[in-house]
Amino acid sequence: MLEAACKIRVSCELNGQSMTLEAYPMARLLDVLREQFGLTGTKEGCGEGECGACSVEIDGELVNSCLVPVLQADNTKIRTIEGVAEAPRLHALQQAFLTHGGAQCGICTPGMILAAMNLLARHPQPTEAEIREGLAGNLCRCTGYTKIFESVVEASRQTERRA
Amino acid sequence: MHTRVIGKSVPRKEGPAKVTGSARYVDDFTLPDMLYGVTVRSSVARGRIRQIHFGADIPWNEFTIVTAEDIPAQNCVALIIEDQPCLADRIVNHPEEPVVLLAHPDKNLLQEARRLVRIEFEPLPAIFTIDESLAKREVIWGEDNIFASFQVEKGNVDKVWDRADFIVEGEYQTAAQEHLYIEPQGMMARASVAEGVTVWGSLQCPYYAHKALARLFGLPNERVRVVQMETGGGFGGKEEYPSMIACHAALLAWKSRKPVKIVYDRAEDMVSTTKRHPSRTRHRTGVARDGKLIAMDIDFTIDGGAYETLSPVVLSRGTIHAAGPYNCPNVRIRSRAVATNAPPHGAFRGFGAPQSVFALERHLDRVAKLIGLEPEQLRRRNFIEPGDRIAVGQVIHEKVDMARLMDRAFELSGYHAKQKGFQANNSHSVIKKGIGFAAFFHGAGFTGSGEEYLASEAALEATTEGRVRVLAGSTEMGQGTNTIFAQIAAETLGLDCDQIEISQPDTAQVPNSGPTVASRTAMIVGGLVESAARRMQKSLFETGLLKPGYDAKSFADACRDYIDQFGALKSFVKYEYPRDLHWDQESYQGDAYGAYAWAVYVAEVSVDMRTAEVRVDDFVAVQEVGKVINPVLAAGQIEGGVAQGIGLALYENVVWQQGRMMNGQMTNYIMPTSMDVPPIRVFFEEIPYGQGPAGAKGVGELPLDGTAPAIANAIAHATGADIKRVPVTPEVLLEMLESAHA
Repeated sequence: MLEAACKIRVSCELNGQSMTLEAYPMARLLDVLREQFGLTGTKEGCGEGECGACSVEIDGELVNSCLVPVLQADNTKIRTIEGVAEAPRLHALQQAFLTHGGAQCGICTPGMILAAMNLLARHPQPTEAEIREGLAGNLCRCTGYTKIFESVVEASRQTERRA
Repeated sequence: MHTRVIGKSVPRKEGPAKVTGSARYVDDFTLPDMLYGVTVRSSVARGRIRQIHFGADIPWNEFTIVTAEDIPAQNCVALIIEDQPCLADRIVNHPEEPVVLLAHPDKNLLQEARRLVRIEFEPLPAIFTIDESLAKREVIWGEDNIFASFQVEKGNVDKVWDRADFIVEGEYQTAAQEHLYIEPQGMMARASVAEGVTVWGSLQCPYYAHKALARLFGLPNERVRVVQMETGGGFGGKEEYPSMIACHAALLAWKSRKPVKIVYDRAEDMVSTTKRHPSRTRHRTGVARDGKLIAMDIDFTIDGGAYETLSPVVLSRGTIHAAGPYNCPNVRIRSRAVATNAPPHGAFRGFGAPQSVFALERHLDRVAKLIGLEPEQLRRRNFIEPGDRIAVGQVIHEKVDMARLMDRAFELSGYHAKQKGFQANNSHSVIKKGIGFAAFFHGAGFTGSGEEYLASEAALEATTEGRVRVLAGSTEMGQGTNTIFAQIAAETLGLDCDQIEISQPDTAQVPNSGPTVASRTAMIVGGLVESAARRMQKSLFETGLLKPGYDAKSFADACRDYIDQFGALKSFVKYEYPRDLHWDQESYQGDAYGAYAWAVYVAEVSVDMRTAEVRVDDFVAVQEVGKVINPVLAAGQIEGGVAQGIGLALYENVVWQQGRMMNGQMTNYIMPTSMDVPPIRVFFEEIPYGQGPAGAKGVGELPLDGTAPAIANAIAHATGADIKRVPVTPEVLLEMLESAHA
């Protein structure tokens, strides 16, 4: 039988809102997001940090939430896919994924969009090599990545125009 | 033909939900009071179940435990035949075969409990290779380990060998490939005597699961309901296996009287669900000095694993595609699917064709080299032309022009200049560059009379607001079903795509449109949607409620008036097998497919001779798939298929030990990442097909057929290595390079 551990209290800012939660310290951030907050846009593809479907941002860093114990989320700012759209408008990346075919089955899409946002934050006008490198931790089995690259390029153009 | 929405890149219908994370997949749902389910599996490849031990320190009384004894009716996963048990009873025939099911509300405790179930086996001798199976070292299935065999005869190969200037032989192999959809398999079920059985899940074929559940529980069809949730990739992997998980979840729900959800973790999904059939193909080819093919004798064998499942059908497609788009007067293809003690291999995009096409296109390059012709010359001398017969005797009536596709692919890829230029530079470089191609075809729809047998149905239903709902059992799994159905209905009815709704595939709501497989959804079911739309429009015209030249508002008014006066406005269409198609299953002759996609793919590679690593630098895919309904979606199908083909060619290597996959993790089973794919440049020729909606044919599977042989031919061009199998991992390539120098 598993030893009964004590739950801890974790405070964080989740998609711009202050939150306090109680969870076992080693609970995966992925499960806490999905089960306690109902943020099911964050997906589990492999559970071992390979596929990137569970990507979220913590304090601006892209992480695999399946590898992050929730205790590490204390006093951080977390962004998930649910915090990306500037409601009611889609984020430029979301719109670009829609028009350029960057999403097919959609299961990698939330993580992919967060990885792309993170990339564009670092490289607003990324080169092809930077795009490939920036998305290398996010696996997609449907698109062959080509339309994802195109979507990212389109979004970077949109952002440039707006700036 | 002028079109308003067909041929336009209308954004994906369910796209907004997918890009915002609000699309709901099975793991995103819970039901009140729901339990989680897990599967305890066989640890041996073949054996008798002696006893099942339930370990100490687990409150077993809190668990729902299901074994074969709990199955209400027939212990099988009904598919073509009923040889695969839902839960092994007394005997297991492959590693990871399901034996015991457990359910509990606490996921963590459930995992602990699964580890503490120990199944005691008396091992039996097992077989793991095609050779062991053919030699009947053990007979593990039927009387001879053979699930199915076919023989195709055109002309008479035996009489013409002496007319050949050259006879070239070769043996080729392809490995198992894992689908690796990013959403693991999962099902949620509710089941009771009072309510019947309902399952929700990630699947391609709701009516397959429906049939399996009805048989397992002995329930009439109307008491079984299957609902497809958003599905995170399928590629064939969610064609037949989801029926198994649906049965398991339903059994646990039936016994516990609570809803049960089973979602596989990645490792369980990889080691226990289906893979692409490993294959071995032997070619013996007689050819004249000028490159004209005289005889092709092909022997094609696939490893089906422990149960028949879909192997005969996979074999059939592989067999028919084995001689390719070439006009050879004498062809014999003998093929068989054999049993081994591995988990059953199953449907995977391409469905047998990628295996036999790899062998053929690699073989033809080797034939050309041995007789001193350019690879393209050999193909050009033998390409099928309109009016010619393919191996199964089908006369090709399509306006096929393989030479033109080849010209275009060569021009776009700079093939000729590179073919010469690379060789000049390779001699003094450790990075050797090569370019290669494959020419191929892929039949759309079920093989032979399959579509006649399926007799698929689809329907359209109008609302009083003038919105039209498509009712079909065809599933969206990323490939674009929802969007192209909306486009077809909108085009035919003169509406906008926004006015078309797509019903969620739910067997209680939608007719059986057949499985979402075999590159058939656009061409066959899309055709039904088009006919249903025409019929709906005709009904409105005939009643005088609608006049030609109508707009959306008058269409809505007409729908409302029609419903007021006559009741529901619904049009059902059932597939009618074209009268000019004939297939004879006995002689294996006839019209194997209603239409084919035709293609030439060119791959450019670099091989690092120090590490034997291969990079694909450029990829050009030129194909004729009839009218393209949605260019962005269609190109997405090709690009994704090419990426999977790159995986098949270079990386994806299932490591087997005693019938068990040893690398069931994304860390050690390698699929292409964004760093591994070249620019994939996709070009369509569009020759509308008379029987397809707006002229469309099939597209989904095509790219898997030609990618691996194009890459293998490029590697051979770069290095001189005599590639005869894929994946060409560095280990394999080193071995081949060493044997070339020995």
